[in-house]
Amino acid sequence: MSDNPERELRVSKIRDGTVIDHITAGQALNVLAILGIDGSGGEEVSVGMNVPSDRLGRKDIVKVEGRELSQDEVDVLSLIAPAASINIVRDYEVVEKARVTRPTFVSGVLSCPNANCISTQGEPVESRFEVLDDAVRCVYCDTIIREDLPERIDV
Amino acid sequence: MRHDHLISAKQLTRQDIEGVLDRAASFAEDGGGGHEDHLLGLLFFEPSTRTKMSFDTAMKRLGGDTVDMGSVESSSVKKGESLADTVRVVAGYTDAIVLRHPSEGAAKLASEFVDVPIINAGDGAGQHPTQTLLDLYTIRENAGLDDLTIGIMGDLKYGRTVHSLAAALTNFDTRQHFISPESLRLPRGVRYDLHETGAQVREHTGLEEVLPELDVLYVTRIQRERFPDENEYRQVAGQYRIDAATLEAAKDDLTVMHPLPRVDEIAADVDETTHATYFEQAHNGVPVRMALLDAMLGGGGE
Ligand SMILES: [Zn+2]
Repeated sequence: MSDNPERELRVSKIRDGTVIDHITAGQALNVLAILGIDGSGGEEVSVGMNVPSDRLGRKDIVKVEGRELSQDEVDVLSLIAPAASINIVRDYEVVEKARVTRPTFVSGVLSCPNANCISTQGEPVESRFEVLDDAVRCVYCDTIIREDLPERIDV
Repeated sequence: MRHDHLISAKQLTRQDIEGVLDRAASFAEDGGGGHEDHLLGLLFFEPSTRTKMSFDTAMKRLGGDTVDMGSVESSSVKKGESLADTVRVVAGYTDAIVLRHPSEGAAKLASEFVDVPIINAGDGAGQHPTQTLLDLYTIRENAGLDDLTIGIMGDLKYGRTVHSLAAALTNFDTRQHFISPESLRLPRGVRYDLHETGAQVREHTGLEEVLPELDVLYVTRIQRERFPDENEYRQVAGQYRIDAATLEAAKDDLTVMHPLPRVDEIAADVDETTHATYFEQAHNGVPVRMALLDAMLGGGGE
C-alpha cells in the first residue's frame, strides 16, 4: 500500500473484510448508510474522516471487518465517492481490488425528492434512477438530483 | 411508429412525428375506419372532459369503441387500489389504454405492468405528448416546422404541455424562447434534455424583448395555486397576459396558440385578430389522435 504507514495506523488493520479508501471527504457516514451499517448489527467498523491524502487532499476511509461488498453496493458507492478504491482483505492480505464503476441505473437505493412522483406513492415498484455524468435522474418523473444526492439515500 | 407505448415526447423522432401528422391530414380529409374490432380504455384519474372526449371521438371515428372507467369517485380507486392493479385489470378488457393521472411518471409506471399500448394523456406536471402532436400539426399548418422561432410563455415549471412541446421541437430547425417568471422557469430535467440535444434555447422574464422575432407564441396559464399569496400572483400574472395591443409589436403572421382552457391570459380581443389559432388547434385534436391510435393499434394505415 502506498499510504504512509503512520497514517495507516489511524485506523486499525482488519483481518477479513473490506477497506474502502479514497472516499470523498465527508461521505464516510453516507457510505455506511449505503451498506446498511448503523452499528446495531454488531459489525466491527473503523472510520477515518478528513484524513490527509496525496490524491484528494482530504479523504475518508472505511474498514469493515467480516464483510465483502457486492458489485451492487460498489455501484451505488460510486455515486457519492467516484474516486473510491475497494480492497477485499482475507487473512490480512489484500486479495482483490474491486473497481468502482458508475452503473447506468440504480434501483431501490435512492428515494425521489418529488412528492408528486408516482414512485413515492405506494405502488409496487422500486425507485429507479438513471445515472448521468454528474447527477442521477428519476426514470418516472425526470427529476434530477445533483448536490443533495446523499440525503436521498434510502437504505 | 415503432413504439409500444407513448409516454413522453422525448421518444418521438422527426420521422414518427411527420408520419402521424401526414396521416392526421389524410384523416381530416377523408375520415377513418378499419378499427371495428378495437376497444380503447379511457382511464382519467383527474377530470379533463376535452381530452377525454377527443380520444373518445377519435376512436369512434376510426370505427372502434371505448370503455370508460368513469370518475375516480365512483371507481375502485377510491377504495385505495394501486394504479398498477387498475391498469392490469383494464388491459385485460381493451386493446390500448389512454391514461390521465395527477402524478408524474404514472404512464411510465403503467407501461411496466401491461402488454397493451399505454398512451400518456397527461401525468401531473410531467408530459402530455398527444397534445404536443396536435400542437405540432397546428404549427406546421400555420408556420411550418423548420426555420421557426417560437416563444413559449407562462407556467413553464408545471406546464406539461410545454415540457413535451420543447422536447419534440428539438427534432426540427427551431429557436426556442422561454418566457416566464423566475419562479416558474423550466424544470432542471427539461433544461438538461434541451442542452443535451444542442437545442437553440434562450430564457427570458419579459415578452417584449423577443416578441418581434417570433413566428409562433405559445401561451399557457399561470395558476393561482402556484403562489403562496394572492398579491404575488396578481403581480406576476399581469405581466404574462396578452391582448390585441400587445400584439401590435409582433410579425403580421405571428401564430398565437394555447392548449386551452384559457382564463384571462389571452384577452378576448385577440380572438378577432388573424393571430388567434387556439380554436383551430383544439379542433386538430381529433384527426391527430385518430392518426396516433391508428399507428399504435397497427391499423388500416400500415
Ligand atoms: Zn421521481
